[in-house]
Amino acid sequence: MSQEKQLYTVSVYTENNIGLLNRISAIFQRRHINIESINSSVSEIEGVSRFTILVRITEEQMKKIIGQIEKQVEVIKAFYHTDDETIYQESCLFKVKSDLLFNERQIQNIIKESNARIVTVNKEFFVLEKSGRKSEIELLHRELSVFGILQFTRSGRISVTKEPMEISKMLKAFQQ
Amino acid sequence: MKETQTIEKKDIKKQVTERISGSEAVVRCLLAEGVDILYGYPGGAIMPVYDELYKYQDKIHHVLTRHEQGATHAAQGYARISGKVGVAMATSGPGATNLVTGIADAQIDSTPMVCITGQVGSHLLGTDAFQETDIIGISTPVTKWNHQVTKASEIPEVLAKAFYIAKSGRPGPVLIDITKDAQFEEFDFKYEKCTGIRSYIPIPKTDVATLEAAAKLINEAKKPLVVWGQGIILSEAEAEFKAVIEKAGIPSAWTILGASAIPTSHPLNIGMVGMHGNYAPNVLTNQCDVLIAIGMRFDDRVTGNLETYAKQAKVIHFEIDPAEVDKNVKTEVAVLGDAKASLKALLPLLNENLHTEWLQKFKDLYKIEVEKVINGDLNPTKEGLTMGEVLKEINNQSKGKAAIVSDVGQHQMIACRYAEFNETKSNITSGGLGTMGFALPAAIGAKMAAPDRDVVAIIGDGGYQMTIQELGTIFQTKVPVKIVVLNNDFLGMVRQWQQLFFDKRYASTEIQNPNFVAIAEGYYIKAKKVTKREDLAAAVKEMMDCKEAYFLEVSVEKEGNVFPMIPTGASVSDIRLS
Repeated sequence: MSQEKQLYTVSVYTENNIGLLNRISAIFQRRHINIESINSSVSEIEGVSRFTILVRITEEQMKKIIGQIEKQVEVIKAFYHTDDETIYQESCLFKVKSDLLFNERQIQNIIKESNARIVTVNKEFFVLEKSGRKSEIELLHRELSVFGILQFTRSGRISVTKEPMEISKMLKAFQQ
Repeated sequence: MKETQTIEKKDIKKQVTERISGSEAVVRCLLAEGVDILYGYPGGAIMPVYDELYKYQDKIHHVLTRHEQGATHAAQGYARISGKVGVAMATSGPGATNLVTGIADAQIDSTPMVCITGQVGSHLLGTDAFQETDIIGISTPVTKWNHQVTKASEIPEVLAKAFYIAKSGRPGPVLIDITKDAQFEEFDFKYEKCTGIRSYIPIPKTDVATLEAAAKLINEAKKPLVVWGQGIILSEAEAEFKAVIEKAGIPSAWTILGASAIPTSHPLNIGMVGMHGNYAPNVLTNQCDVLIAIGMRFDDRVTGNLETYAKQAKVIHFEIDPAEVDKNVKTEVAVLGDAKASLKALLPLLNENLHTEWLQKFKDLYKIEVEKVINGDLNPTKEGLTMGEVLKEINNQSKGKAAIVSDVGQHQMIACRYAEFNETKSNITSGGLGTMGFALPAAIGAKMAAPDRDVVAIIGDGGYQMTIQELGTIFQTKVPVKIVVLNNDFLGMVRQWQQLFFDKRYASTEIQNPNFVAIAEGYYIKAKKVTKREDLAAAVKEMMDCKEAYFLEVSVEKEGNVFPMIPTGASVSDIRLS
């Protein structure tokens, strides 16, 4: 098994319960592992939540952590995947002074080329939204920071896998 | 017409439910789960439940411990000797936080326990109210499951789940936190036992192919070694286990929590593995060709340095918890499932075997250990009393039938090494967490769960004073436990390490002790102190014959060491005899 650290996307299907986020993040914290990003949302199944957690660790560590996550009573199933095995995105928002939009022609080009979307414009500021890979968002950030960014925020990774997850099947099997 | 139907429906409902308060529901749930004894300490936020316990005192016995930690250890002792779920109860805030050590202990030693804590009213949650503490947040990393109840109507389902989760699969502690308003609230009570949770697989399916692969490896092995753990005891697989090792003729060693699953005198029982375990099984771990681990988790105190642990061997791991497989030691074959069922299915696949020469190797190394260590411990000729000879005397008097409850430290290792076990569930000790202060309250719980058995607590002078106040519980309940304090006026195990690895710099390990006999007598408990070898046998006899609680202090040599020993970071086969 590879002893090299690499980026893994962890997908955890759980019951929708208060405190579960704590229980799951504690498993990483115990081993002194930094979570790069974490996202929690509803999943394709009603009443089932899905955590998407991004970590940079070895595969050996990853396997042990998956075991400890799955051991939690309210966790239905946990998976880990490399970037090749998933389709993933992040999203970000930029708040920028509106006068730049008119004074700096370059900005309009940047927006066009980056496929960013203008969410709103008013006299003082405009808001840009961009979804994509982290590198694309970072590029846009670099380009815009030359002109000044009033506010910036980026979401955690969300991802779906190329392979089927078959959680519904699993839930049926549990009930048998 | 419609209205009549509604009324009829209501009437049907009335027949199966009863309108009661949340606090009464807690007690009714406990009764429905067969709980007849629990340990705890009252306080503001749990008072409604205590009020119900008062009403139901003819059905359920609440034992007032002198500290909430004592309540958890007593519940653990109760659970460990009986196999049933132990129950501890406390109020919010400090009451709840005082439970944490016992909960962590139960978590790492897989002990089924349900803790119930009171919580401030739900409208006060998060406001830093008096005696409010986030016990759900605090206990999350050390519980198998926990849950906060804010509505009375949740109580039956949540408590049913609590007992199911605590006991099923790999057991563990569960904490249920109940706000005070939920305790007061009335609702329609109905109790149904929990039989399953969709996201939880207590016992993983056993793959027949893994059993066959395991059997093949065992049948082909020339030098097989079994290391068993508490899994045998938890799944009550003692008979199946004995049948397997006897048929295949496999020398078998135990972890401290596995002790007593088969009798000490069994010819295939070759002793304890680990840091202060026996010489032969440790050394020969690095010579066996197949290592069969059953219901154990390769704790670092068992394996020493993993880089040099059984590297030559093919490892088979029988395990209920998939997260333990390959966690510390890479396995050739992992047989997931319950030990009892797996061993039963394994038996017909095994060939009869003897491994006489291989077993002889264990006997030869045992002889060396007898000469270099055991003789000196059990039959000392020097002046000071040894801990070992006290254990030997207890063995003599109890005929190996007593349950030994040990604390943590040198005396614990000596107790585990030298106590004779003829019955299962006889070694109750804090293994994984190493909780000093465990033994006295755990002995209370053990004796209450098994009143017909002799329960002897073996405790050091350090750990004894961590929960010494539980003498009050013994006095009040008159529970006839035997308490043996092996007093060397040192925190002995740490002192031993200071001697061996810190150039004898005895930093804060010398301990000035009070008059222990006077303290016991202050609680009206019969007490005696022994300082001379010639008085030991009579004193132990007096203790064992006594029908009441009894305290025996034995002054042992001050700087005795426990050997053999695997120094931290060393290989199991580099175990030191001196």
